[in-house]
Amino acid sequence: MSEKLKSTIKNIGIPRFVIVTMLIVIYIAAYFLKLNVPRLLSDNLVRMGMNGVLVLAMVPGILSGTGLNFGLPLGIICGILGGLLSIELQMTGIVGFLVAMMCSIPIAIIAGYFYGKLLNRVKGSEMMVGTYVGFSIVSLMCIGWLVMPFKSDAIRWPIGEGLRTTIALTDFYDKVLNDFLQFTIFGVTVPTGLLLFFFMMCLFVFLFLRTKTGMAIRATGSSNKFSKASGIDVDKSRMIATVLSTALGAIGILVYAQSYGFFQLYTAPLMMGFAAVAAILLGGASAHNAKITHVLLGVFVFQGLLLVALPVANVIFPQGNLSEVMRVIVQYGIILYALTKAGGGQ
Amino acid sequence: MGEILLQLKGISKHYGENKVLNNVSFEVEKGQIVSLLGENGAGKSTLMNILFGMPVIHSTGGFSGEIYLEGELVDISSPVKAMELGIGMVHQEFMLIPGYSVAENIKLNREVLKDNLVSKVLGKDFKTLDAKKMNSDARVALDKLEVGIEEYTKVEGLPVGYMQFIEIAREIDKKNVRLLVFDEPTAVLTESEAENLIKAMRIITQSGISIIFITHRLDEVISCTEQVTILRDGALVANKKTSDTNIVELAELMVGRKIESLKNSEENRAMEMNDIILSMKNYKVGMPGELVKGIDLNVHRGEILGIGGLAGQGKIGIANGIMGLYPASGEVLFNGETLNLNKPIESLKRKLAFVSEDRKGVGLLLDEGIDINITVTSIQVNNRFLKRYGFFTQLDLGTIRSYADGMIKMFDIRCTGPDQKTRRLSGGNQQKVCLARAITLEPEILLVSEPTRGIDIGAKKLVLDALIDLNRNKNMTIIMTSSELGELRSICDRVAIISEGKLAGILKPNDSDAKYGLMMSGKTDIPKEVM
Amino acid sequence: MSQKIKNLLVKNVVTIVFVLLCIFGIVASEQPLPFIVKELITRIGRNSFLVLSLIIPVIAGMGLNFGITIGAMAAQIVMIFAISYGATGFSGLVLCIVLSTPLAALFGYITGRVLNKTIGQEMITSMIMGFFANGLYQLLFLFLIGTVLPIGNENFLIPGGVGIVNTIDLKDNVMYAVDNVWTIKLPMFLGIFGAIGALATGYLVNKYKKSENKILRSRLFFYLGLSISTIVVAIVLQSTVNLYKLFEIPMITFAFIAVIGAFNVLIFKTKMGHDFRTVGQDKHIAHVSGINVEKRRILSIMISTILAAWGQIIFLQNLGTLNTYGSHVQISTFAIAALLIGGASVSKATVGQALLGVILFHTLFIVSPMAGKNLFGNAQVGEYFRTFIAYGVIGLSLGLHAWKTFKAQQQKDKVDIN
Repeated sequence: MSEKLKSTIKNIGIPRFVIVTMLIVIYIAAYFLKLNVPRLLSDNLVRMGMNGVLVLAMVPGILSGTGLNFGLPLGIICGILGGLLSIELQMTGIVGFLVAMMCSIPIAIIAGYFYGKLLNRVKGSEMMVGTYVGFSIVSLMCIGWLVMPFKSDAIRWPIGEGLRTTIALTDFYDKVLNDFLQFTIFGVTVPTGLLLFFFMMCLFVFLFLRTKTGMAIRATGSSNKFSKASGIDVDKSRMIATVLSTALGAIGILVYAQSYGFFQLYTAPLMMGFAAVAAILLGGASAHNAKITHVLLGVFVFQGLLLVALPVANVIFPQGNLSEVMRVIVQYGIILYALTKAGGGQ
Repeated sequence: MGEILLQLKGISKHYGENKVLNNVSFEVEKGQIVSLLGENGAGKSTLMNILFGMPVIHSTGGFSGEIYLEGELVDISSPVKAMELGIGMVHQEFMLIPGYSVAENIKLNREVLKDNLVSKVLGKDFKTLDAKKMNSDARVALDKLEVGIEEYTKVEGLPVGYMQFIEIAREIDKKNVRLLVFDEPTAVLTESEAENLIKAMRIITQSGISIIFITHRLDEVISCTEQVTILRDGALVANKKTSDTNIVELAELMVGRKIESLKNSEENRAMEMNDIILSMKNYKVGMPGELVKGIDLNVHRGEILGIGGLAGQGKIGIANGIMGLYPASGEVLFNGETLNLNKPIESLKRKLAFVSEDRKGVGLLLDEGIDINITVTSIQVNNRFLKRYGFFTQLDLGTIRSYADGMIKMFDIRCTGPDQKTRRLSGGNQQKVCLARAITLEPEILLVSEPTRGIDIGAKKLVLDALIDLNRNKNMTIIMTSSELGELRSICDRVAIISEGKLAGILKPNDSDAKYGLMMSGKTDIPKEVM
Repeated sequence: MSQKIKNLLVKNVVTIVFVLLCIFGIVASEQPLPFIVKELITRIGRNSFLVLSLIIPVIAGMGLNFGITIGAMAAQIVMIFAISYGATGFSGLVLCIVLSTPLAALFGYITGRVLNKTIGQEMITSMIMGFFANGLYQLLFLFLIGTVLPIGNENFLIPGGVGIVNTIDLKDNVMYAVDNVWTIKLPMFLGIFGAIGALATGYLVNKYKKSENKILRSRLFFYLGLSISTIVVAIVLQSTVNLYKLFEIPMITFAFIAVIGAFNVLIFKTKMGHDFRTVGQDKHIAHVSGINVEKRRILSIMISTILAAWGQIIFLQNLGTLNTYGSHVQISTFAIAALLIGGASVSKATVGQALLGVILFHTLFIVSPMAGKNLFGNAQVGEYFRTFIAYGVIGLSLGLHAWKTFKAQQQKDKVDIN
């Protein structure tokens, strides 16, 4: 029995086991602290849906062998650009959201193409180079946001130069997905549209991975040598995966923003990639292997932890922002764990 | 009779079930050059690993037998211990740091140090390097070898021939060195460089150092050694004075083995000799460690062609080049039409299939199931096992599964089911998956490299039987590359022997051992009495 | 000859671009030169030490040590405790340096152990290590102080009694504790500096008078010229009316930097440093020749972390405020960017490159807000620009290095068959 337990824990991985247990314990604690558990659960679902696509963006990169896509901010920037264009065009509601997607996807494909070219030239160091591509593009776009010729009052500062730090979506497509077919059961509000969209994206990626191209990407990630011997163009597979990942990053931030109600410009996207990486790792993925179930579990657990831990921690520990510190430790701890497991050691 | 330096007594070693050395004994006299001769897998490297106390020996349960140095029983527990005992090794691949000077390389981790104020307090780590002394020591060693390179030049950019001398200089600079092992030192050298090297070896022995010389070039053995020790299949075959033997005898001793015949009934099948399916002209392949340096070879439709030779001679490169996995050049005609080299997809589409010698690296997706492994190449190359929905394709999982089930039955792959990950399969079953994947491509020519390496006897027979079956009943032409001569001679119609990247000759399975041995060691002028 | 110059330009393209960028920035900022020089002197004293702490791991083949942040955290932990218990002045600071050493050594040891498990991915790992350690650091100072651990001064606590306040003022205790021990005026400094340089190179010129090594000799003459012109500049500054001759040079700080610079040069003449180089050149050969590669790698990270801790202490005593949760966060980015701008790469770095890099990077730092304002009418453009420069130059350098390594590997695998 204990042998079986041990092997189960080993299969899930110790940190994952700890985190899932922690989430359950925190939920139980929340119940005993007389916090509104259904409400917390509702929020957990919302957070899952709004972050889900960003986490999903990790899947193609991992499977194609480029590793954890720390360059996600690149896709995020593309998404924000598309989102702002949609606002500039005065689009509102679901149309506004769709136009935002239409605008951002081509931008993301172009950006992803060049990013993919770069990653094909730096094989072996994709993660480090990707991180700094993300950092560089975010800091470059800080200048961009200051000088871009957007006209809309919702985007520009009313006085002074440049674009606002946060751009409210209230008049545009705030919560268009969240509110779609939303219903409440046992006090738990389910953001149907948001989850539906997230699951559809998951299904899309799932099906894509079972196409001929998807199969080629998976083979490339598993073994470059095997793929070459099977007539697969390794660089092309990696390229397609990178473009897909970047495009998903762009869509991901749009979903995030419509749920959050704001676009955050300037340095806000800088560290967003790390949270997405941590989530998928928590779900059970590694630097070489990822499944859709890892995305679903990971984003639910990670976001749940951040969300539920906050009120619980505040009750137990009134001072300071313990849950934020916990987030930092868990987020980077799990990435560090994955890196040491991925090895490279002799 | 000189003084005995090294004495090995009854050395045996097994890795798990597999006995690689069986009761081997031999002696080396002071100042003598002894040659160690044997095919790949004969046990030479294991013997040397034991002599150097390599961790691989001790982590696999050690060995039995005794080693005496100058009459004293020694326990060589680690490479460091071996070094202390005065046993040195000249590596086949150069252990040189390009950015360092010749002297710094010779003195690597044996730097001459001198005290300074800090080191007196903080210890050895802070002692300063004595560049002058290092240079002069290096000079002495280089002079001893009569090499004219300057000790302060950087190794980077020196010709390959010199690198070997730097390695040797490093060994003889070690003050206590008594025994040096040269592992195939002439393999990468030109003829004149090899001559210089042998001259240097002679100089070294004059100062009383003994040398164990591992080589496959039989004429070098004859010309420069005093004693030959021959190993075959882990056992000692002969200890001979070089003056008492000749090339032909050595070749015979090295190869000799019984032929296990599988296709006993049909000796020398009648083959349509003009129906050439694949022809190579001036064919070269840049596969590191297995260079093919220009070969003319024809493959007949319907035959099983064997490609044999020693490791590192280029036999492995031939199939890899045909499949586009390593850069190749020259003219290759397939069914009379030019085959575009360096494009794997072209080779696959033209119905060539390959079972790689690198089973785990090239042959399998270790983290995918058997079903995916068998079908993935056909999916990519021939669009098989796919359902189409307009632009969108989907894997036809039902067909893939049932097809895999069929293959599992056909090859008797022992597994829990078609979705079992190939990482968890045994070597033999993995090989069967590779074979299944290759024949799923329905090839005209099947290229198989080292099909039985690392798999057990039962699986070996099954794999070889399967090859014969494919050849006889499915009319596949098979090119089989193998280090196991016995295996080649048992199922092939012809065996091409590759030596130093060139075709040494084509032999019949029932040609004599001596012929095989001589050809493998690169002798093309085979003495008459053997022919 | 023109080929030679071309090669030289290509090799130093990053540095040359930044020299031009600095000149352009100085002109565009329209700031008075004395102001820039004064700021620069301060920033050289403040930052050089940290940049120098990066060199050893680079040579040992572990790349740019993003984990120097962890050393900085060690320094800040020690400083906060020591100052809260009353450490002041030069002696207080020396105490901090002494106490931070074992802590930084421990942190460095742990980092080194982790990095040995991720060979080939050291940089990303050391970066994530830094982020992770920052979480633990926050846990320590936000929650454990006041609950589990005591602190010497109640004023350091957030009202409520748990956690350390955001900023700690160092004015009354250790600010300028090193800088102000001994200062001399700029012309004097240049004069002494030039004189020592001239004497030293003069001696060497004499020693190698008959040497065949032309490169060495021309280089010596170059240094000799440089030293003499430094003396000339010193005399001119002293004898004319200008602002420069009022600038104070913190001699002890600069001496510290000089000592660590010398350490970074001399270490490679010892057995330990030579081993670092060997490991950095080829881990496998180092291992085969009997060097304990893992231990050497850990040691190089430990030294780097300790130097970073000392560097952070010097940085903070000059800055005068300790931002508990922020002072350490960006130091690895800025130090690494400076090193790379000076012409270093992931696998090569020298003391000269470090110092040149500090000068260029911080010149850019000083002038870019004003330059941004004058060029774009917005000072923020300049501020974002310098952040972009920091990230961009690191990204570029990493990319180039990875590309070169990848190419070299391809080249190595490719065999000439014709």
